Amino acid sequence: MRVPERTAAVLAWARRNLFSSPLNALLTLLGLWLLWLVVPPLLQWLWLQADFVGSSREDCRGDGACWVFVRVHLDQFLYGFYPPAERWRVNLGIALLLVPALPLLIPPLRRFRRVWLLALLAYPPVAWWLFHGGLGLSVVDTGLWGGLFLTLVIAATGMAAALPLGLLLALGRRSRLPVVRATATVFIEFWRGVPLITVLFMASVMLPLFLPSGLSLDKLLRALIGVALFAGAYMAEVIRGGLQGVPAGQYEAAQALGLSYWQQMRLVIVPQALRMVVPGIVNVFIALFKETSLVLIIGLFDLLGVVQAAVTNPDWLGFVLEGYVFAAAVFWAFCYGMSRISRRLERRPDMKAQEQQEMA
Amino acid sequence: MRVRLFALLLLLSCGAVVGLAQAASTLEAVKQRGHLRCGVSQGLPGFSTPDGSGGWTGLDVDFCRAVAAAVLGDADKVRFAALSAKERFTALQSGEVDLLARNTTWTLSRDAELGFHFVGVLFYDGQGFMVPKELGVTSVAELDGATICSNAGTTTELNLADWFRARGMDYQPVVFEKSDEVAAAYDAGRCDAYTTDRASLYAQRNKLKNPDAHVILPELISKEPLGPLVRRGDDQWFSIVKWTLYVLIGAEELGLTSANVEEQRQRSRHPEVQRLLSVNGNSGQGLGLGPDWAYNIIRQVGNYGELYQRNLGRAPLGIERGLNALYTDGGLMYAPPFR
Repeated sequence: MRVPERTAAVLAWARRNLFSSPLNALLTLLGLWLLWLVVPPLLQWLWLQADFVGSSREDCRGDGACWVFVRVHLDQFLYGFYPPAERWRVNLGIALLLVPALPLLIPPLRRFRRVWLLALLAYPPVAWWLFHGGLGLSVVDTGLWGGLFLTLVIAATGMAAALPLGLLLALGRRSRLPVVRATATVFIEFWRGVPLITVLFMASVMLPLFLPSGLSLDKLLRALIGVALFAGAYMAEVIRGGLQGVPAGQYEAAQALGLSYWQQMRLVIVPQALRMVVPGIVNVFIALFKETSLVLIIGLFDLLGVVQAAVTNPDWLGFVLEGYVFAAAVFWAFCYGMSRISRRLERRPDMKAQEQQEMA
Repeated sequence: MRVRLFALLLLLSCGAVVGLAQAASTLEAVKQRGHLRCGVSQGLPGFSTPDGSGGWTGLDVDFCRAVAAAVLGDADKVRFAALSAKERFTALQSGEVDLLARNTTWTLSRDAELGFHFVGVLFYDGQGFMVPKELGVTSVAELDGATICSNAGTTTELNLADWFRARGMDYQPVVFEKSDEVAAAYDAGRCDAYTTDRASLYAQRNKLKNPDAHVILPELISKEPLGPLVRRGDDQWFSIVKWTLYVLIGAEELGLTSANVEEQRQRSRHPEVQRLLSVNGNSGQGLGLGPDWAYNIIRQVGNYGELYQRNLGRAPLGIERGLNALYTDGGLMYAPPFR
């Protein structure tokens, strides 16, 4: 919509778009009134009357938000209980992920794609070493991991595991072998049928009772496995949608070329199928990212958990709202970022197709 | 080839995370491990909260530190496991933690049925009432016909009903799911009084717009003795944790503080102080601990009074000692003799 330059044009534009009928005029006025009710007090609270500097609750004298609370606890919100002296490892580990990930997302840098993909495969062990320690680094128990860092670890692990697992399950469900098909179907329906909160509870409360005493699986690992299997089942159904969307002619053509089953899938079917369901995949990712905060019920401190724990600090009682607003803002920023990346990915195949057409 | 490598990696990673946890005795296991694993709550003002710099503070947290000081000689050798109310007992049962100090109420069924031993009472809590000062109420007995806010579906609600019914008094309940909602409703004047456990009342009062305009009534209408607990079947560990609690209480009675314990060990002529601090002999022998166990507790963590003041007594919480005072001051805190 082009913004008109002269007042008359503005009025004409407003009449056409906002006051075209009595009902529309009423709705416009109602909307403006609601905005008037909500926006000024919100701005007052968030910014104009808020306190930003200081180090204790005495510095929060205004009627607005006390961002000092967030400021004081920021390190904890980001890293949880990770020892302050070792936090560089978290920063480095996250920065390292960008090295192979950015070139894959930014087209001009995509030339050495295989190298970057290999680097991406080598990333998890390196990250585990950096975050957990051992081999020269001091060990940081996973119980100390927390905050945004933990949220990212759980979400990234879930996503990284869900995609291949989901792909295998989707192929399995469409397999002609009855045993494979039945196994995949039962697996998917089981994990989709139980709520994530139940999976986490089972993993943290029931599983230790079944394991022989003396054998204890790391709590974070239990949660990670639960989240990965859960997300994998959802991913499987999204990808199956894509597989079914690939025209039958493609399957037949691939077969006619004499390709083996795995070659057919790898070279012809799966690339097309995945391209079709990028929005669905990102949807699962975003849902997964937000569901990570459920781990707080099993005593892991993700971003939300750390915020909730911090508001119980006797010196900072009563700043619940600031904490939640901060957590919401961070979650929103990440989810919005993911949806932007997904739109880039969606656009690219089309551009490629166009290029090919032009060349031909 | 690739498959074999993958399998090898999988095995290795399993080996890394599956640890052998429980040795025969908890004491030996803790010593071998080099740190104590202690279950605390995920965040309860005054009992266990993150302190902003990556550590934990609170009364429960300090108790864990005291046990670590007694057993390992270093109060900082504790790994805290923050446990939700639902998973706390499993964590203790399965050996994930050596000790649970998670403001857990000591009740018959928990003591008898779950397979735990409560080592004693670290904090005597109970259900109390908060009212606005301007109401002029000084006792719960004056609350006949009042509107009372509380949490839904908790024992709080049941205790409230019992107490008023037993006295033939009338009241209007206003219940909410979350504590923050109850506090907000009370703050907005939707009810005359707010009831929940006393320690939480003091915390909730700080969330109100004007905390000074509200008072907490002196009566308690229920008993909530909160104490640490350990697994059954390891009597030595049970005794160690129990006597750690008694050292905290006894030290206050004997006037030993973190500041003066060093001097007292060298100068005191008090026979019980000398016995406790192992001036001659070893008071920890029967427990399987070194002679410095009690000294370490008091030097590194403090006595019960210091713990209380540091975590609950000082502003902003400002919870009065009440039942948690020493028996010599009219409270219930009492340690058996050290001899």
